Amino acid sequence: MIFIGAILLFLGIGDLPDAWRIGLILIIVAMVALMTVPFVQRSRQRRAAAAGSPARSDPSPVADPPVADPPVAPAAAPAQASVPPVTEPDRAPATFAAGLASSRRTLRDRLASIRGRTPDAETWESFEEALLGADVGVSTTMATLDRLRRTAAEAGITEPDDLMRALGDQMREVLDADRALATSAPGRDGATAVWLFVGVNGVGKTTTIGKVGHRLSSSGQRVVMAAGDTFRAAAASQLQTWADRCGAELISGSSGADPSSVVHDAISAAAARSADVVLADTAGRLQTRKNLMDELAKVRRVADREPGAVAETLLVIDATTGQNGLSQARAFAEATDVTGVVLTKLDGSAKGGIVFAIEAELGLPVKLVGLGEHAEDLVDFDPDSYVDALLGVAGEPQPSGGE
Amino acid sequence: MFDTLTDRLSGTLRSLRGRGRMRPADVDEALAEIRVALLEADVHVGVVRRFTERVRERSVGGEVTASLTPGQQVTKIVNDELVAILGGDPLNFQFAPKPPTVVLLAGLQGSGKTTAAAKLAQWCKSQGRNPLLVGADLQRPAAVEQLRTLARSIDTEVWSAAGVAGAAGVAGAAGVAGAAGVAGAAGDPVACAAGGLAHARETGRDVLIVDTAGRLAIDAELMTEVARISDAVEPHYTFLVVDSMVGQDAVSTAEAFHATLEVDGIILTKLDGDARGGAALSVAEVVGRPVAFASVGEKIDDFEQFHPDRMASRILGMGDVLTLIEKAEQVYEEAEAEAAAQRLVEGTFTLDDFVDQLRQLRKMGNLQSIVQMMPGISDQVRNAEIDDDRITTAEAIVLSMTPAERVAPEIIDASRRARIAAGSGTSSAQVSSLLKQFTQMRKMMGGMMGLGSKRRPAGRKAARKRGRGGGRTGGGRTGGGGRVSPKGSGPKTGAKPLSDAIDWDALDLKLPGR
Repeated sequence: MIFIGAILLFLGIGDLPDAWRIGLILIIVAMVALMTVPFVQRSRQRRAAAAGSPARSDPSPVADPPVADPPVAPAAAPAQASVPPVTEPDRAPATFAAGLASSRRTLRDRLASIRGRTPDAETWESFEEALLGADVGVSTTMATLDRLRRTAAEAGITEPDDLMRALGDQMREVLDADRALATSAPGRDGATAVWLFVGVNGVGKTTTIGKVGHRLSSSGQRVVMAAGDTFRAAAASQLQTWADRCGAELISGSSGADPSSVVHDAISAAAARSADVVLADTAGRLQTRKNLMDELAKVRRVADREPGAVAETLLVIDATTGQNGLSQARAFAEATDVTGVVLTKLDGSAKGGIVFAIEAELGLPVKLVGLGEHAEDLVDFDPDSYVDALLGVAGEPQPSGGE
Repeated sequence: MFDTLTDRLSGTLRSLRGRGRMRPADVDEALAEIRVALLEADVHVGVVRRFTERVRERSVGGEVTASLTPGQQVTKIVNDELVAILGGDPLNFQFAPKPPTVVLLAGLQGSGKTTAAAKLAQWCKSQGRNPLLVGADLQRPAAVEQLRTLARSIDTEVWSAAGVAGAAGVAGAAGVAGAAGVAGAAGDPVACAAGGLAHARETGRDVLIVDTAGRLAIDAELMTEVARISDAVEPHYTFLVVDSMVGQDAVSTAEAFHATLEVDGIILTKLDGDARGGAALSVAEVVGRPVAFASVGEKIDDFEQFHPDRMASRILGMGDVLTLIEKAEQVYEEAEAEAAAQRLVEGTFTLDDFVDQLRQLRKMGNLQSIVQMMPGISDQVRNAEIDDDRITTAEAIVLSMTPAERVAPEIIDASRRARIAAGSGTSSAQVSSLLKQFTQMRKMMGGMMGLGSKRRPAGRKAARKRGRGGGRTGGGRTGGGGRVSPKGSGPKTGAKPLSDAIDWDALDLKLPGR
């Protein structure tokens, strides 16, 4: 039946006007699905018969978790009930370059093997693999190397080391955007500034808000957090822990509440207390979910209404993200007018090259970089060290960034 | 997922298919395309290199089979290699003879472990098991609470060392641990996991699923910790949870986890996005273990066993019939479907039935993804923006008709049409368009069912036979063949001959039953 459906599909799309081709496809797909069922049902019955019906009558007790007194686990502390100290004394503060050290090593090794040779096909291949391996992506890599080839030909560069330097300059040139973080929306002086954090699931939005809150309140700003992630279980408690750590106030709604209303409440509360910045969390969502993206656009619209004004919309991107990062950046920029990117988890082995592609292709500047799980592991993005680190041309890492 | 990869590969392979004989240059050209496609899909550079080398060797170096054209041969080789990388035979998850079956989940931060743990528990329940979840993620604030909330929705117990906020019994202990002051870390995950195992034995749980904290592969301390958790519970299955959006780093992560934990399989998450999921290929190749489960949506039961062969078919643009069937199976009621099919055959299929079908269809998920699962579909259609709202429009039109009109749409004249358009917020043209399609479809389906299976156009016999074999695996319920008369059924102009419109090669390779 599927086969038949396919035939119909081809027949149908031949000469119908565009808009209604789709309609026909729908109908046909419906028919196909319908016709598929009977024999499928039969096979299901067969399977069920063979397997014997599993005992369904076991209502597993919803025994409440054995919290109070686990026999094996030692004295347990409810993480969210305690307020752990913000800093850990014997821990060196994270720096951008140190965080990238692990990223740099592999890349430098790779390029080291071609040093001191006249560039040949293999040299270019090494460059290509290095950039591709850092998640810069095929098209950005090709464009970058094409330009480098032209530069090399014009300037007569032959030494791989010089080539690498030229490549570094070229990449730095691309990363020339303004990275300042705005604490007030342009033209909306009296309004309460809102920083909205958006991104797909699991990139570290909530953690980033915690760190940003720590940073802002350390510099004397009054911060209110909005638990706009009303979808994920326990997202608000996670943010509460962070709010407690940095002394910010958290405004949250019930689970499943309209995120726009939670954000609005938080802004009203912040305005009433004349706080400086509202940090609004949102639920992670895949950029392909149209209705969820619409919901996010609404959150932004509501946040931009009096008494609030959106000063920054920060797209959080995980450094391990591959080429899908571009699709994320496009979709979120379209829905919420993103003003900058936060690159998280750069302390791992991932290189985060996708943000180069994002900035090169879409002009979205990377503003902050997350380097760990601690409150102070958040620094300003520094293009010079980023490029040096990616290409491994720097000698010893220069401490840099926002700390 | 894998969309662009599918386009590229099917485009390239189609051009190869036409040739009678294949030169090394042709293969190289195809491989260059394949390389870019794989790289854009986030497959690791090294994996891509090995992949293309293997395909080149096998393509150029012979293995000539009499029954296949060179093009088909390359298609087959690429397909075989993809399946091989994706894990060969699917992992057959078996419950341990002596319960509990212990499953350990590990991975990077944010890869979706906690959600995957709950989904896996739900899957076990659907297999008639009685799982216990262990929240050994004591690192991330509120991780255990998240697991608990998810578990509550599926009626499953959670064991953990960290209590819920406000639990009176641990108030004193909390103060002590808080004073000890390790940021975010409370309690010992190893002891917690061991306690969970003991508790599962005591209470007769037959599956134990251990959720662990996210950790970076380069964090030696945390990697040692997860190894100790593994030693404490001796898992039957250790799954590495991998985000399908991960790029090149997937390889080093997988290598590190595999070296520490001996990974048995991979759980691929967030596959419902538009990430091409090349990481699945990379990781599977590097650790040499299959992708066992895939998480395909935000709902707790959007979780399924992963089928490498289906995914490979999908990459090669040959549709994913089995998944389509499974989805249909979940949605349709047998009796209902039989009855509707019967009416369709008899030509008494009404607009009411039609709307009903559209509604069922909508339950199967978004239309784009359904269309993509169908075999032999051109790139043009595959990429067409299909808006789910169209179903709503069609539904609105039909619902604005009187019962009599729904049974006999022929009676709809201009005045009725205007009323229907006004009622449904559409235009008269849209209404007549829908009616025209409905009539055509009814005629087509009716005509098709009535035709004998032997009448086929000449010259396409072989392909047709294969196609039929593929499409009707498992014994279709009617005797109707794949015959559609180009004259009577399709749009009248018939500009496009049937035989040209269909990619027979693609169809013939899509043999779900094999």
